[in-house]
Amino acid sequence: MKKNLRLIGLDCAHCAAKIESAVQALPGVNSANLNFMTGKLTIEGEEDALADIFDHATALVHKYEPDVEVRRA
Amino acid sequence: MKMSANDRRLVTIIISAVLFIVGYCLAQELTTARLVIFSVALLCVGAEVFIRAGRNILHGQIFDENFLMSIASICAFILGDYPEATAVMLFYQIGEYFQSRAVNRSRRSISELMDIRPDYANISRDGQLEKVYPDEVHVGDTIIIKPGERVPLDAVVIEGHSSVDSSALTGESLPREVNEGDTLLSGCVNINGLLTAQVTKEFAESTASRILDLVENAGAKKSRSENFITKFARYYTPIVVGIAVLLAVIPPLFVPGELFSDWVYRAMVFLVTSCPCALVISVPLGFFGGIGGASRNGVLVKGGNYLEALANTEIVVFDKTGTLTRGVFRVKEIVPQEMSQQELLRIAAYAESSSNHPISLSLREAWGQEIDLSKIDSVEELAGLGVEAIIDGTKVLAGNEKLMVREQIAMPPITPGSGTIVHLAVADKYAGYILIADELKPDAVEAVSKLKASGIKKTVMLTGDERTIAADVADTVGVDEFYAELLPADKVAKVETLLNSKSSRGKLAFVGDGINDAPVLARADIGIAMGGLGSDAAIEAADVVLMTDEPSKISDAIGISKRTLRIVRQNIVFALAVKLVILLLGAVGIASMWAAVFADVGVALLAILNAMRVLRNPLPRHLRR
Repeated sequence: MKKNLRLIGLDCAHCAAKIESAVQALPGVNSANLNFMTGKLTIEGEEDALADIFDHATALVHKYEPDVEVRRA
Repeated sequence: MKMSANDRRLVTIIISAVLFIVGYCLAQELTTARLVIFSVALLCVGAEVFIRAGRNILHGQIFDENFLMSIASICAFILGDYPEATAVMLFYQIGEYFQSRAVNRSRRSISELMDIRPDYANISRDGQLEKVYPDEVHVGDTIIIKPGERVPLDAVVIEGHSSVDSSALTGESLPREVNEGDTLLSGCVNINGLLTAQVTKEFAESTASRILDLVENAGAKKSRSENFITKFARYYTPIVVGIAVLLAVIPPLFVPGELFSDWVYRAMVFLVTSCPCALVISVPLGFFGGIGGASRNGVLVKGGNYLEALANTEIVVFDKTGTLTRGVFRVKEIVPQEMSQQELLRIAAYAESSSNHPISLSLREAWGQEIDLSKIDSVEELAGLGVEAIIDGTKVLAGNEKLMVREQIAMPPITPGSGTIVHLAVADKYAGYILIADELKPDAVEAVSKLKASGIKKTVMLTGDERTIAADVADTVGVDEFYAELLPADKVAKVETLLNSKSSRGKLAFVGDGINDAPVLARADIGIAMGGLGSDAAIEAADVVLMTDEPSKISDAIGISKRTLRIVRQNIVFALAVKLVILLLGAVGIASMWAAVFADVGVALLAILNAMRVLRNPLPRHLRR
């Protein structure tokens, strides 16, 4: 199961790398990939874990980059 | 109007810069006034950095650039060097400002480059045209595409004719004519006529969406250079921090007369210089730009790793049919014994009229006239041999040499060219033969010669066809080696042998039409499928998809790959070299904080600008059209 999020206003490549590895470490997530150029965060994981992955991931993004807006895509 | 974070940054920079100038002009004696003005200037421009640093420390992330900059400027401030403390932060923020702008600019250029996403579709409801979002249109709906509009979904023309520009998808600049019954691919632009079309694919499955998806997801497969940078940063940062601590502590402790403050300053310079931002941003940007540029030229590369591998291609293996040749049979020679060529062709076309074999189709196409079925009295297919037919009351045999031998037809000695031969006998007497062969693609020869020119060591052709046919094609296009009469499994085995024969760094690319060579595409280092626009299977199986039918695009793709890698390497070498020099100068106390900030943000900015060159002209000069 795959989910995509868009991170709008992400302009720090360093933070992108941090967010990517933090999301990867979330329980139930098999892989996370953040494309810095498009701002697209693709998360692959177990069905039930992904149900509230949006909230978890958004919280993580805001932890590192409070100004970034997270949208479902 | 809401200000973006970067605009806010610009405002703080301006205010702080003004205060900085005022403070700088004040006389040294006005200590309190200077202290106040510089404090305000520093806080104004640096507040964001201080807050980020504090927040990251709370999250357990200590050594990031915010922390380094905060410590550096606070230390300088405590040491009493107010102008430097403010200037360093100011300079850093100016660098960040331009860096952020450059990143946004490059994002925009990349999305412009891939500007194939249709915004709306015109759907006709109750005789009224309505503009709707493309994802609200479904298979079977009728859409109208006006001149100048983009085709929103894959569709079939049901009315009208026009020419369409597919350059954004295929890199092909010549417009294509479309008429009733022709397919329209989403992302093309309708140039002149009004087209009414019936949708054949949902928006998500339409060509434009699929291409954008592929290009966006290409980032998931990271190149070795990108992985190198990630790993590099992981070890590099702690090492640099360790050295900086030693630099700050050891000399003042053990060398008499050395001041702590001097060495702490040097350690700060060292730390600020070391930030690997230039690499972390510019390397992925370079690859992304390369992938975007390639897609603009009609080559879809499914990952940074494949773009990188293309540059190291040593062996290119072609499947013959559908790759170097059209995969369509055509009559090449008509050699009658006594009758006219036209008459021989007519008899052959009639005899083969009931079969749908590619050979029969090519005979009928060459004849080009209506077949009068009433003239055919009977047709019998003889498996593995040919056909026996009665036409106008006369017995006709059409087939291979075995058929002639079985029917005891005396054949004169002939020297056949390469291709498939259909022998004909009329009333049990040999009447002549017709040679049918697959046609080379117009750019097949160019494709191979361009590959050689770009430094490919070996080109190989594989085919299931007969040896004589293969030899002829191989000779014409100029491949170094060919292997004929291969079954699909043999092709995999051949590719494995070839894989063993190349050097360990070199890559093997296999080029096929993606129809039945999925195992070989998967086995090769780089599987390249041709003419992928129509075929979902090809897009799935391959690592690189050529959107047109031109094999010459392979050398274009290799050219783009080499250029991208060159620019990425330039950035890596440039950034590391500048940093190394300033690190050393900083350690011995020559480089100031100014130089350090330049090594951080300045180098990052230059590296981004350099990476943007990938986008501007993705093709090396000699390959441009």
